[in-house]
Amino acid sequence: MPNAQPPTTLESGAPGGPLETRWSRHKADLKLVGPTNRRKFSVIVVGTGLAGASAAATLAEQGYNVKAFTFHDSPRRAHSVAAQGGINAAKNYQNDNDSTFRLYYDTIKGGDFRGRESNTYRLAEVSANIIDQAVAQGVPFAREYGGTLANRTFGGVLVSRTFYARGQTGQQLLLGAYSSLNRMVDTGKVELHTRKEMHDLIVVDGKARGIVVRDLKTGKFEAHMAHAVVLGTGGYANVFYLSTNAMNCNVTAAWRAHKRGAFMANPCYTQIHPTCIPQHGDYQSKLTLMSESLRNDGRVWVPRNPADAGKSPEQIAAADRYYYLEEKYPTFGNMVPRDVASRNAKYVCDDGLGVGATKRAVYLDFADAIRRDGEDTIRSKYGNLFHMYAKITGDNPYKTPMRIYPAPHYTMGGLWVDYNLMSNLPGLFVIGEANFSDHGANRLGASALMQGLADGYFVLPYTIAGYLAGELHATVPSADCDEAKAAIDDSKNAIQSLFDVKGSRSVESFHRELGLLMLDKVGVSRNREGLEHAIGRIREIRDEFKQNVRIPGDPNMVNPEIEKAGRVADFLEFAECKALDALTREESAGGHFREEHQTPEGEAKRDDENFCHVTAWEYSGDVTAPVEHRESLEFEYVKLTQRSYK
Amino acid sequence: MSTDTVTLNLRVWRQNGPDAPGKFEDFNNIEVSTHASFLEMLDVLNEKIINEGGDPIYFEHDCREGICGTCGFVVNGQAHGPERGTTICQLHMRKFKNGETLVLEPWRAKAFPVIKDLGVDRMSFERIQHAGGYNSTNVGNAPDGNSIPIGREVASEAFDAATCIGCGACVAACPNAAAMLFVGAKVSHLSLLPQGQPERERRALRMVEQMDAEGFGACSNTLECEAACPKEISVKWIQRLNREYLRAATTNA
Repeated sequence: MPNAQPPTTLESGAPGGPLETRWSRHKADLKLVGPTNRRKFSVIVVGTGLAGASAAATLAEQGYNVKAFTFHDSPRRAHSVAAQGGINAAKNYQNDNDSTFRLYYDTIKGGDFRGRESNTYRLAEVSANIIDQAVAQGVPFAREYGGTLANRTFGGVLVSRTFYARGQTGQQLLLGAYSSLNRMVDTGKVELHTRKEMHDLIVVDGKARGIVVRDLKTGKFEAHMAHAVVLGTGGYANVFYLSTNAMNCNVTAAWRAHKRGAFMANPCYTQIHPTCIPQHGDYQSKLTLMSESLRNDGRVWVPRNPADAGKSPEQIAAADRYYYLEEKYPTFGNMVPRDVASRNAKYVCDDGLGVGATKRAVYLDFADAIRRDGEDTIRSKYGNLFHMYAKITGDNPYKTPMRIYPAPHYTMGGLWVDYNLMSNLPGLFVIGEANFSDHGANRLGASALMQGLADGYFVLPYTIAGYLAGELHATVPSADCDEAKAAIDDSKNAIQSLFDVKGSRSVESFHRELGLLMLDKVGVSRNREGLEHAIGRIREIRDEFKQNVRIPGDPNMVNPEIEKAGRVADFLEFAECKALDALTREESAGGHFREEHQTPEGEAKRDDENFCHVTAWEYSGDVTAPVEHRESLEFEYVKLTQRSYK
Repeated sequence: MSTDTVTLNLRVWRQNGPDAPGKFEDFNNIEVSTHASFLEMLDVLNEKIINEGGDPIYFEHDCREGICGTCGFVVNGQAHGPERGTTICQLHMRKFKNGETLVLEPWRAKAFPVIKDLGVDRMSFERIQHAGGYNSTNVGNAPDGNSIPIGREVASEAFDAATCIGCGACVAACPNAAAMLFVGAKVSHLSLLPQGQPERERRALRMVEQMDAEGFGACSNTLECEAACPKEISVKWIQRLNREYLRAATTNA
């Protein structure tokens, strides 16, 4: 339960005044670090996905000394690589009346008015520069015959502003950022550390000054120190065990920073993506996303009558097919935002209309698109996605509809940051999915790549100078200072104590148990009773973990079971904070749906009077009793409305 | 949930570090759902090994969607197993028959030292990339994305080369442990595009030089690399790399 003090207020530090000049005015006010002084500064960047790699490369280009860390064997393997569909930018290349304001508006509305207005506008503003930078790096975006860049449309919007590279936009953008990073490694401005995982943040005199990492090949702990620390360590969707995240995605870096004082904001916000391949067995290790771009041409339906649910799709007559998104939301149809699509999939399955062996799936049908455009056109647009679907399921989606179901995919919450992307801990910056700031309670498709790269290329490199300018005379503490030694000891002891339990259950079994609980009680749909139950169960699982986990092998060499144990230990603490946040937020907003708060049509019902704020949790020394802080959200340029996609 | 299963025997390479001696270990009568992926089969086996107090089989993996390039080992002599255009994480057990014996080995190449069991160290690939696998373009310099028209076919060709996921299967499949397909794809991607022209020669020379320094072998046109590549990258990029290198060596001599 939350600590009983009244919530204190946080300030974003965003400038007021006209929305469209806030960022330029803020930039004009930011302090600079001169080119000859930049080489006196060192910055640690943790994570090498789109946010981390772009930030590390850009800071090095500016002349800072950068140390970049990844637990992968190569920066190119970060999970940004898996994004399929595309990246938004307000270029208006398609002449369909797009603009920075429209991208901002779609994003803030898509986020159900729980994002920060100034940040979201800035994101839309720099979006166009990202495309230019990526093209310059050699990212092979799709092109028209005339040589200009191609676009497609995504959920929740009425324009075509999404740039793409077949179904591999994430890999191609990451290879772009990675190539810039490689260049800076080549010049010696970036010191690259692979296979090293962050275990703690080192705070000296109230400022973030370093990190503790574990070398995954040797098991040795090291301290690394710098003037500032940047976390680009991704989201927490693997708290659900089964998600579309990569197996190694985790909340550890963010959570350990939280336990050193950084506030965790809006952890209840999770995006459950509507178009994933449904679960098919208990042994399953992850869920695979099918790009949202498929909804451009695929039609979502279920049988209208429960009696037809067992039939094969071709046996069900046109009139007996329930195209529920097209019927309920005629304006947006199959292109409603992700939270709306996911909830509706759950509702029709709850009503007994689900299809497939588990009855927890809906059809995504391309028959009409193939009739209209021909199989070749569909193949050229989505060939690799169809191929992947066929490989995983053994079905041919050109002949029979895909079966899809929602799965945890992205997390809008994260460490609290101000307008400069600095956490409440001076010197600790948080970028990309790891922070909370730009997507509110639901993220629109093709906006994650945009935000990660906006933060790394165009925002952080300016704002960090504003902080470092004041640190010119600061001395970076040595790696054997008392704080660093204590942090290394803490990390070592935490791992050793788990290793010493020598219980009877694998780490994986605890993770799976936690995930099932989270999906059931803290997933697409939540209620008070379920959340209270979840908090009780999380504590029980956490206690059993500490008493009964079994970690095999040697702690002093490569040992994935040790890596997993540390991550699951953190998920078991973070999960409680997430459930508590969901319990505290007595409204529905975007991806956070409380059954007690819905409109008569079953849509998310916000409470703007009492919950138009960010909730940021402070670690109190006791994971069961965090302290609540709030940042109130001001909207001057949009009118808060009930979102309508009808 | 489907109840279709297949029962297999596994012979797995076990090696406790780069300098430790290795040996095969047998795991017989493994029953697994035909809908499981190959790595999920190993997950289930590892869970069993852990519960019995043993040391689980080490293998590398992450996205399990065939795009991060982390996973990969050899199954019955084939890198990433028997299905074409497929990473081992996307290979499903429905491809195998009851009673089959599968021999699992790590990528074997001097430039990829074994870390443990089926996992190898691919830092040599990283160092090749550091040696010029980029366009030198600082943030802030980029012109409008449409200011350089690039024909659809050229963009598409560059994309074909750029799909390489850096897994190392091409090296493992090559009898000479050559990295020509990898380097060919990387060099070709950038050399095809107008943005890549200013550093075209320097890039080709430096990346090939680094490739040789890492101890990769020479190409002898067995074309096994293309057959093993999970992204079906064409050997035409090797021909292109040879042309790029020759061009660079003769113009920059």
